[in-house]
Amino acid sequence: MSIMKSTILEVQDLQTVFPTRTGVFKAVDGVSFALNRGETLCVVGESGSGKSVTARSILQIVDKPGRIEGGSVLLTRADGSTTDLAKLDPRGREIRDVRGKEIAMIFQEPMSSLSPVHRIGTQIGEALRIHFGTAKQEQRERVLELLRQVEIPRPESAIDRYTFEFSGGMRQRVMIAMALACNPSVLIADEPTTALDVTTQAEILDLIKKLQQSHGMAVLFITHDMGVVAEIADEVLVMYRGKVMERGPVERIFHAPQDAYTRRLIGSVVKLEKKAEVRLARKPAPAGTLPLLDVRNLSLTFPSGLKAVDDVSLTVRPGEALGIVGESGSGKTTMGRCLLRIYDAQTGAIDYRRPDGDTVDIRTANKATLEKVRREVRMIFQDPVGSLSPRKTVGDIIAEPLKIAGMKGRELNDRVADLMQQVGLEPAWRERYPHAFSGGQRQRIGIARAIALKPRLIIADEATSALDVSLRSQMLDLMMKLQDELGLSYVFISHDMSVIRYMCDRVAVMYRGKIVEVGETDQVVNNPVHGYTRALLSAIPHPDPRNRRIHNRFRYDSVRTV
Amino acid sequence: MIRFIAKRLVFAIPTLFAVSIIAFIIIQLPPGDYLTTLMADWASQGGAVEAGTVAAMRDRYGLDQPIYVQYFKWITGILMRGDFGISFDFGKPVTELIWNRLGFSLLLSVLTLCFVWAIAIPIGILSAVRQYSISDYTATFLAFFFLAVPDFLMALSAMYIMSAWFGQSVGGLFSPDYVDAPWGFGKLFDFAQHVWLPVVVIGLGSLAALVRIMRANLLDELSKPYVTTARAKGMSELELLLRYPVRLALNPLISTLGWILPAVISGEIIVSVVMSLPTTGPLLLRSLLAQDMYLAGSLILLISVLTIIGTLISDILLAITDPRIRLQ
Repeated sequence: MSIMKSTILEVQDLQTVFPTRTGVFKAVDGVSFALNRGETLCVVGESGSGKSVTARSILQIVDKPGRIEGGSVLLTRADGSTTDLAKLDPRGREIRDVRGKEIAMIFQEPMSSLSPVHRIGTQIGEALRIHFGTAKQEQRERVLELLRQVEIPRPESAIDRYTFEFSGGMRQRVMIAMALACNPSVLIADEPTTALDVTTQAEILDLIKKLQQSHGMAVLFITHDMGVVAEIADEVLVMYRGKVMERGPVERIFHAPQDAYTRRLIGSVVKLEKKAEVRLARKPAPAGTLPLLDVRNLSLTFPSGLKAVDDVSLTVRPGEALGIVGESGSGKTTMGRCLLRIYDAQTGAIDYRRPDGDTVDIRTANKATLEKVRREVRMIFQDPVGSLSPRKTVGDIIAEPLKIAGMKGRELNDRVADLMQQVGLEPAWRERYPHAFSGGQRQRIGIARAIALKPRLIIADEATSALDVSLRSQMLDLMMKLQDELGLSYVFISHDMSVIRYMCDRVAVMYRGKIVEVGETDQVVNNPVHGYTRALLSAIPHPDPRNRRIHNRFRYDSVRTV
Repeated sequence: MIRFIAKRLVFAIPTLFAVSIIAFIIIQLPPGDYLTTLMADWASQGGAVEAGTVAAMRDRYGLDQPIYVQYFKWITGILMRGDFGISFDFGKPVTELIWNRLGFSLLLSVLTLCFVWAIAIPIGILSAVRQYSISDYTATFLAFFFLAVPDFLMALSAMYIMSAWFGQSVGGLFSPDYVDAPWGFGKLFDFAQHVWLPVVVIGLGSLAALVRIMRANLLDELSKPYVTTARAKGMSELELLLRYPVRLALNPLISTLGWILPAVISGEIIVSVVMSLPTTGPLLLRSLLAQDMYLAGSLILLISVLTIIGTLISDILLAITDPRIRLQ
């Protein structure tokens, strides 16, 4: 950091409001902060805390009907001139000259934040045309250079491709290249890594850091993940319900937090740093127990020729939680779906032990058997919005599997009420529709539906990935409570090693369709054998700014090691 | 791309086959046939016909054979020799009667489509961008008004206004001087002077649907994150609007071509009768009334072919404009 700290962006008492039917909602309520040249300021808070709206207010790109009601946003240029961005006309020439040229922005969802029908080269080059009127040929050269800077492989062919031809991490690189096009002095990054795997997240964070140093940019980084904050921030601003709870240097925020809310946020990440307390004392299942699920040599090749599941063998013991970890594209979700025959694996066996002791091979079971098995093996999905029908009340959603099983009348009502209580929802809310619930509550509805038929095994596919970190541990605690109450077994699929470490007894690491390592969670986490496992572990952001490690993480390169 | 088109063409064959059967059956559904209609006509004019004549004619036209034999003869004639049969009513081969009119029908439909799109897209954009404003309500009201007014009424009023107030020659696609003249600059000019009125009349009826589709598509697109991205780049609002959300909102509109085309063609029938246009519409109506089965069947078949081609064109256009369809 330079000794001469000069403020480039100073926000004073910013107020952004959204008029609603019931009155005016203050999304940003008197927020003040300063961003210094070349530094990183992290704005952290849960969803709904107003951190995104704050970022958008700076560039006056708040979605309608939101508007800035008060405060100032002072941009100080290198030549000493200043402009109050909050006073400019949001559609006017002046603010447009700032956008993308002096202050650039990248967003959370790189898929929907880029146009699907325009080539990426066009989208990146556009900023150059708008601000400098750069000619086509020159534009193309600059875009190629940018693509090289953000380390996109084969820029010459990538430039003419469309967004859907790239992976999530590559799309985010495209976004970054777009933001860098005009050499901005401030980069606003709105949750740029939330939709990405931990390993990809680490790469993107690295890249932003590197570019920040080479371009001398100030970065305003918005995130809900305290781990990420600890890894990259110089200064931290903690927001809650539109207000600043605390701000200060990253050291102080983590090691001497003043505010109770800050402590809670840090606590929720630190909690996931180790195994859950309720699991510490748990004895492993006796060695002699017959497995509940015994998967042997399972393989699935898609018609495209992709080997999504490649000779996978694993066992789940009764009452056990088995974690499956791997990055997107590793085949873990496909494998989970094979277990319920949502996909048909071509070879191998999935032996499931029924309560009466018989084993059934799910892979080859007939329809009637499969129907019975599916009552005992249930699934929880990642997307708590998409997996609940918006036209059914919560009571109906939870009652559905029970109705199929033939339950009705008073018994059904009572059971639904019990289930809702069990997962921490008020039974009185049963008449409400899913949209009236928050993300965490929706996931509870999904869990209630899954446990309705008293299953024996639940396959949870990224069940906590769409949730804020603070909600994540709550959800995991709930799942463990249910596990103890109902004697459940879990197959817990996740890209996040920390949630698996928190609740799973054993873990299998999946990479490109294969299981590369399997063992007791403690052993795999503390003494990983396979290089890929080490890479995964070292990419987890560590919530301690004194011990930043993802920049020096272990990288696994299969091409080199194979 | 070529494989895609070839596949689409192959799929079109069974569809056409089914259409031809259904067309034929529907024509046969009313009791009696062309000869009974003809007899009734003659009888009403006081003429009497001997039973033997009728039987002889029925034999000559093949009307005494079972329906599937008639169908088989007709369809093999089309496939083998391009012979669509004989129009009883006109006493001429069907092919002689329809090609010219089919050309005008197609031209009229394409012109109408262009007109509707050219009007509907800007109005749709305006309605979406200024949602719930006076201009949105006005545009929506007018579009629905034209949807609600029957075609024939619109045609009649338009003709009345044009001839009574502006002294234009209305009806038909040409002035009397040019009807039989060879194509030339003068005829083209005359055609342009006449064709816009039916185009406007037919087009206004389909306007409402397209305006609403464009408005709804664009409203969806306007709130997409890529719009915010483009705004954050510093693009001006107008350029942004046209370059991103409008561009994406057009894609679903292209797929409406498949059903707008049949709507235009069927809307054209009534308007053409009222405005006496030399298109297939009046001919189809007359052939149906006279139970002139080969003529009616051929017309319905050819109009269906046009519709299927329209759908194919919209599929191809969609593949060109949307890389997601082309590349996935």
